[in-house]
Amino acid sequence: MTDLIIHLFLVLLMPPLLLGVISRTKALFAGRSGAPLLQPYYDLARLFRKGMVLSDTTTWLFRSGPVVTLATVLVASLLIPLGNHAAPLSFDGDMILFAYLFALGRFATILAALDTGSSFEGMGAAREATYSCLAEPTLFFALIVLARLSGSLSLSGMLTQPLGAVWADSGASLLLLVGALFIILLAENCRIPFDDPNTHLELTMIHEVMVLDQSGPLLGCVLYGAALKLFVLSAFFIRIVLPFRTGDTLADWGLFVVSLLLLAIAIGTVESVMARFRLTRIPQLLIGAGILSSFATLLILR
Amino acid sequence: MNLPKEVRTIHNGGTIFLDDLPLLPEELFCQILLDAIDHGWRVLSYFGLPEGDEVTLFGLLGYKEDGLIAVIRSRVRESFPSLASLCPQLQLFEREIWEQCGIVPEGHPWLKPLRFSPLITGERQLPGVMEQYRVEGGEVHEVAVGPVHAGIIEPGHFRFQCHGEEVFHLEISLGYQHRGIEAGLAGGVHRRTIFQMETAAGDSTIGHTQAHCMVMEALTGRRVPARGEALRGIALELERLANHTGDLGALAGDVGYLPTASFCGRIRGEFLNMTALLCGSRFGRGMVRPGGTGFDCSDRQREELLRRIEVTRRELTVAVELLWSSPSVMARLEKSGAITLKDAEELGLVGPAMRGCGGARDTRKDFPFGIYRMKQIPTVTAAGGDVHGRVLVRWLETERSLDFIQELLGQLPGGGCRSGSLGASPPAPGMLAVALTEGWRGRICHVALTDTVGEFKKYKITDPSFFNWSGLALALRGEQISDFPLCNKSFNLSYCGFDL
Repeated sequence: MTDLIIHLFLVLLMPPLLLGVISRTKALFAGRSGAPLLQPYYDLARLFRKGMVLSDTTTWLFRSGPVVTLATVLVASLLIPLGNHAAPLSFDGDMILFAYLFALGRFATILAALDTGSSFEGMGAAREATYSCLAEPTLFFALIVLARLSGSLSLSGMLTQPLGAVWADSGASLLLLVGALFIILLAENCRIPFDDPNTHLELTMIHEVMVLDQSGPLLGCVLYGAALKLFVLSAFFIRIVLPFRTGDTLADWGLFVVSLLLLAIAIGTVESVMARFRLTRIPQLLIGAGILSSFATLLILR
Repeated sequence: MNLPKEVRTIHNGGTIFLDDLPLLPEELFCQILLDAIDHGWRVLSYFGLPEGDEVTLFGLLGYKEDGLIAVIRSRVRESFPSLASLCPQLQLFEREIWEQCGIVPEGHPWLKPLRFSPLITGERQLPGVMEQYRVEGGEVHEVAVGPVHAGIIEPGHFRFQCHGEEVFHLEISLGYQHRGIEAGLAGGVHRRTIFQMETAAGDSTIGHTQAHCMVMEALTGRRVPARGEALRGIALELERLANHTGDLGALAGDVGYLPTASFCGRIRGEFLNMTALLCGSRFGRGMVRPGGTGFDCSDRQREELLRRIEVTRRELTVAVELLWSSPSVMARLEKSGAITLKDAEELGLVGPAMRGCGGARDTRKDFPFGIYRMKQIPTVTAAGGDVHGRVLVRWLETERSLDFIQELLGQLPGGGCRSGSLGASPPAPGMLAVALTEGWRGRICHVALTDTVGEFKKYKITDPSFFNWSGLALALRGEQISDFPLCNKSFNLSYCGFDL
């Protein structure tokens, strides 16, 4: 029961903090003091108090986009185990639901973008659809590897097993997987080097350009959904990288939170020390991630 | 090349009596223009002056090898032959003459308004309302950007013809900033003129004001004391430093490379503050005045400037070195938005955009003026013609400018900084005066024609952006549309300098 409450508490409240940590890290690298760590919370509070401006050319599809996206990510957050604590919802094959909940959310965002009829948002939608197709195989290879190593078909089964022993046994495979998943983590969450969440240049954006017409509470849903997605995928990633357990429940929760914050700092560091890729380079890197993860699969099949 | 004997040549900052200038027959005028451009002369300015129902066309050409400016004129009615298809750098000038004088360039490939100023007939035009180039086809899509942009920048409309992510063609439509500066100068010099010159293109205050002051000094026979020339040179280089530093930072920001972006953003402010230390204005307003400078530099200011330059040079070097040592940054800059040297020459590109293609053209060296007649500044070029080339040129010029300022401050000539009073004396009648300066964007050309009582009949300003916007459009051909902001920033052109 305590675990469930802590799970829900973290899922609902922690995601914006990750964004705050990333932007603070970037600010420190740039020699600035940066925005307060809690700035994303203030931003969300501000957006949810605001009114909305809706374009005349849009229909219910446009308004449903952010809502559906946020709903799908919220459901996905119930399927993912945090640290070594089982998820509130868990059944055999929930990993397929997990993967396609994100796809459904993306589909809703793309429809909402196309609904505006704007050429910018159309371009963004095309880019998002292309790159997510290329990112999907990696996620599935990762799930296949974990399913095979754990013998379980649910996310909780895969990730709460003693992964320390698995690292000792199939370390090479997991290492490849970690590399591939980090690329996917950055790409799926629109971070540099794939996308620049801070740019104002609409011609270069991927994700941000699709939500240019959103405003007020709907934009708040988009931002919160994006933060939650980063949280969920980070939790998935961090569990594979740092599969430690202390035995004490509260200490394990603390360990999870700290490792998540460390990951946010790592993402901020990557964003600070490199520039964005040219858009034509992105597919190459995503396919590279796919190849890495397929090798990971081959290694455990031998 | 030996020019026909009808052509009069002068040097930068020189004058010529209008009566000495022969009226060439139309064919000879066109022939001289084409021949000269074929032989490496470049069009500096080309404009018309309506007189009754006739229009006098003036062509100014520059030859960098011996620093000569050739002036030719001809008189036409209703129409004149268009040379745009033979010589692309004349294209915009011909549209401008059509718009301003109401005479038609016969055979212009695509005659369209340039600044949408009210026509000779008095009819109002709305900016951007014209037929745009279109690529037809089911797979082609059109992306329209602006005139209102997502940043705090000036208005301009960009129309991309795209095939997926690839740009087939970019058309740039300006004119939203047209203020009628040239028209307002007729009958001058007014008291407001010098202030209008300072804001012709606000970020090139020193460049434009110096060109204007050189015109005024030529027309009134005023000499500038050595100290005044040195201070003008320092101000001009500080302006270049501030803008180049800002551009280096903004380019880093556009590729998402934060450290350089943040540092350069701050260091740009340091250079602006150095200008403020000289004259009290961060943009150099009030610094350059006919006869010299509006402000002198005390020994205390000189020491302070030298100290600040030293510190800032160290910080800037660290910030910019980060760019060259980041492979991900280099991967973005190299091979983006490339222009060949041949195309650049044909379009008549100027400034860092030209030097980034490998073309060694720099007004400070080719047509020396002011302090650059006594003290040379090396011309830097970079190969490639891509964004990287333009970035590299900016950095190398920054280093040269820092050296130049340090040397000048170390040996600042004595004496006064200005000859005569601050006010402008009346210009000589019946003259044509030309002044070229090298602003941070490139060559700035001011031409003044005075009437029989010494008032301006015509004052023509040619900003470097006038040439370079075409270069940006060309650089985008076959590029990814997502690279447009980067290419655009690497040119960083002025909207108001074009629109005037």
